[in-house]
Amino acid sequence: MLSKLFTTGALIFVALSTPVIAADDKIVITGSSTVAPLITEIGKRFEEKNPGVRVDVQTGGSSRGINDARSGLADIGMASRALKKDESDLKAYTIARDGIGVVLNSANTVSTLTDQQIVDIYTGKISDWSAVGGTQGPITVVNKAEGRSTLELFLHFFKLKASDIKAHVVIGDNQQGIKTVAGNPNAIGYVSVGTAEFEAGQGTPIKLLGMGGVAASVENVRNGSFPLARPLNLVTSKEPTGMTKLFIDYTQSADTHDLVKEQFFVPNGP
Amino acid sequence: MSRTARDTCLLLGLSVAAIVASGILLLIILFLSTEAWPVFSQVGLLKFAFDEAWYPTEGAFDLKPMLVASFAMSMLSIMLAAPLGIASAVFCRFYAPPVFRRAYQWIIILLAGIPSVVLGLWGLTVIVPLILMLAPPGASLLAGSLVLALMIVPTVALTTQAALASIPQFYWVGAAALGLSREGTLLGVALPAIRSSIFAGIMLAMARALGETMAVLMVSGNVVQLPTSLFDPVRTLTANIALEMAYATGDHRSALFVSGLALTVLVFILAWVARRSGGQVVHA
Amino acid sequence: MPEPANLIDREIHPVRDRVLLGAVWAAAMLVAGAFVWLLADLLWHGAGRLDWSFLSTAPRNSGRAGGIWPIVVSTVLIVAVAIVVAAPLGLATAVLLSEFTRRGGATERAIGLSLDVLAGVPSIVFGLFGNAFFSVWLGLGFSILSGGLTLACMVLPILIRTAETGLRMVPDDWRLGAAALGLSRTTALHQILIPVATPVLLAGLMLGIGRAMAETAALVFTSGYVDRMPSSLFDSGRAISVHIYDLTMNVAGGDRSAYASALVLIALLVLVNGAAIWLSDRTLQRKIATR
Repeated sequence: MLSKLFTTGALIFVALSTPVIAADDKIVITGSSTVAPLITEIGKRFEEKNPGVRVDVQTGGSSRGINDARSGLADIGMASRALKKDESDLKAYTIARDGIGVVLNSANTVSTLTDQQIVDIYTGKISDWSAVGGTQGPITVVNKAEGRSTLELFLHFFKLKASDIKAHVVIGDNQQGIKTVAGNPNAIGYVSVGTAEFEAGQGTPIKLLGMGGVAASVENVRNGSFPLARPLNLVTSKEPTGMTKLFIDYTQSADTHDLVKEQFFVPNGP
Repeated sequence: MSRTARDTCLLLGLSVAAIVASGILLLIILFLSTEAWPVFSQVGLLKFAFDEAWYPTEGAFDLKPMLVASFAMSMLSIMLAAPLGIASAVFCRFYAPPVFRRAYQWIIILLAGIPSVVLGLWGLTVIVPLILMLAPPGASLLAGSLVLALMIVPTVALTTQAALASIPQFYWVGAAALGLSREGTLLGVALPAIRSSIFAGIMLAMARALGETMAVLMVSGNVVQLPTSLFDPVRTLTANIALEMAYATGDHRSALFVSGLALTVLVFILAWVARRSGGQVVHA
Repeated sequence: MPEPANLIDREIHPVRDRVLLGAVWAAAMLVAGAFVWLLADLLWHGAGRLDWSFLSTAPRNSGRAGGIWPIVVSTVLIVAVAIVVAAPLGLATAVLLSEFTRRGGATERAIGLSLDVLAGVPSIVFGLFGNAFFSVWLGLGFSILSGGLTLACMVLPILIRTAETGLRMVPDDWRLGAAALGLSRTTALHQILIPVATPVLLAGLMLGIGRAMAETAALVFTSGYVDRMPSSLFDSGRAISVHIYDLTMNVAGGDRSAYASALVLIALLVLVNGAAIWLSDRTLQRKIATR
């Protein structure tokens, strides 16, 4: 049995080591897990229109997208945020936008919060819903993990530092935030507006709050009146050429707007 | 080939395999160290132990709360899982009616293969809201330990079962000849005979608990703090890496590799202590 | 073994025996109950999504619609690579530990400790390491091969530890007997020790397969995210657990597909483990028949 296992292992290894022919035209895209599902769908449509081309999408986070685009491991990087100052060597192409809105459990009687109240809740100055006109109950503050672009956006908008926030639950991805708020009547969190709108429509017990008097809706993110929004970007290290350029142009074209909407993001343009 | 030549060849082959197997750990440590080096060389080791808090984007790198959380959560989960796992194995071998035995065996095997994501999802939508009724915010040390315990019960159960199955026949015969009851055989003969195997299984399970990432991230709340009760949200070292790696750059990224190294050191210490005390159990 | 007198003294304890009986049943029912609860939850949310087209088609709209067939294929390939690489390596190391080193000796201690530590390396660190080593350094890229090899590193401690336990439980009399018959150690291993230890080896294999199939974090960075049908082991292929993670954490409206995928994964586990049990029963019977 031992020798048999050894031989099988050896044989398979030999079989595996034979080289394979790469696809004629393969575009490798890595980065943000928020953007990846959208680019996968766009890639599939692009493959249909351009036979022989393969679009391989990998996730791993915005920083991975930036690094891989820079090092040449990927043809294109994905980032769910604008480029930072020390990333000005890269080129970014916005393919869609995503609004960030505050969500409460739908059992919560509070229906509006001022910016100051949100700041006070997140910094721990207000710790009970009765202080902002709700029924009594300890507030569960749901925050995003350090480095996440939604957190940075949120902090920047409310002029806070990461260390100012007193969180009770720290989450990673968007859906975890929605599930956490949906499962806790006293929770407050902030998530992608499009997905929250969709989930609320599906009967998930969450509700979106307006911000600065503007209702949190995909429509208001699209027309620019909603204050908290981020661009979803494709990133390249140099001016794209050939198939890569074709693909980036395609992602920015009106041909993909239906796919962008299917992922609950906001397409470019009017 | 002569007998001794064949044996020499075998030994050679086996040694190569063993070197490869233990070499993997060295490679991993090398990898972690290279990635962690930039922040080590710049801010030094002490910051990771004596900083006020963990705000890596603001240059504060305290790892203590997460070390404690990782340790506490794996200890709690193994305290739950070890008795459950051993009892499961004993149940299968001695107590279960034949119909149950097959079904129960399958439950254990399948439980071993449930993805941590699925357990995490179940924990997040079922266990966390239940704990929330006791004390907010629900996502807590307790939730993490419960989900982890369920995840590692099969490891303890399957290793114990395997060990029970390989107890030589004459032990049972001997016990029967002494007129021992089923329970007497179990407590007096069977379990003591295989305690080092059980211990090895528990070690494996505990290592798994320490290294588990996704489920823990989903249910334990991930607040960087020293827990004062079971209901406090905590962040483990693994959750820390998974949560922040995706968006970390520069020193922050490097610091996350330090938390990977810290975890490896923690596992090393536990494994070493366990081997020492485990060795004593065997000799006693 | 403890003193016999001690044992006889313990024998007359009807209360203790009753308590033990109750405790074992309670523990078993607790574990079974938790599993049934979990399974019921999965069925409740996912069964409605499960049909033949879910199994036989490719995912559409990020997995909200369509099926998971290419993902099932990728998963099986990844796990197969992992086990094919790790099983011989693990068995060989276990044989070395149990047959050729002294228990508690320096070699055994060093290898054993390194395996214990390896078992505790977080899955996400395996993922980052696999990406750096297999994907980038060895140039395998995001591929089923990279993912499989990363998983092989990960399940190795489980395979070795269980195999070692199994081999050590074979009484020394058997080894002495083989030596007395003039068998080489190679023959003794091949003909006696490994066949006798088969049930334990199998238990270890099942743990390993279960662990490999359930893995997410180690695969995101190695075998990757591409959900099309792989055409070779050098293609990137999404594993079921990665798919489930994406559906639950990234894709709004993906939960039902996630629960259904989890059910498919469980069915896959039943299939693989059933085959393994059947195969081992058959080999055992053959061995006995030829003796």
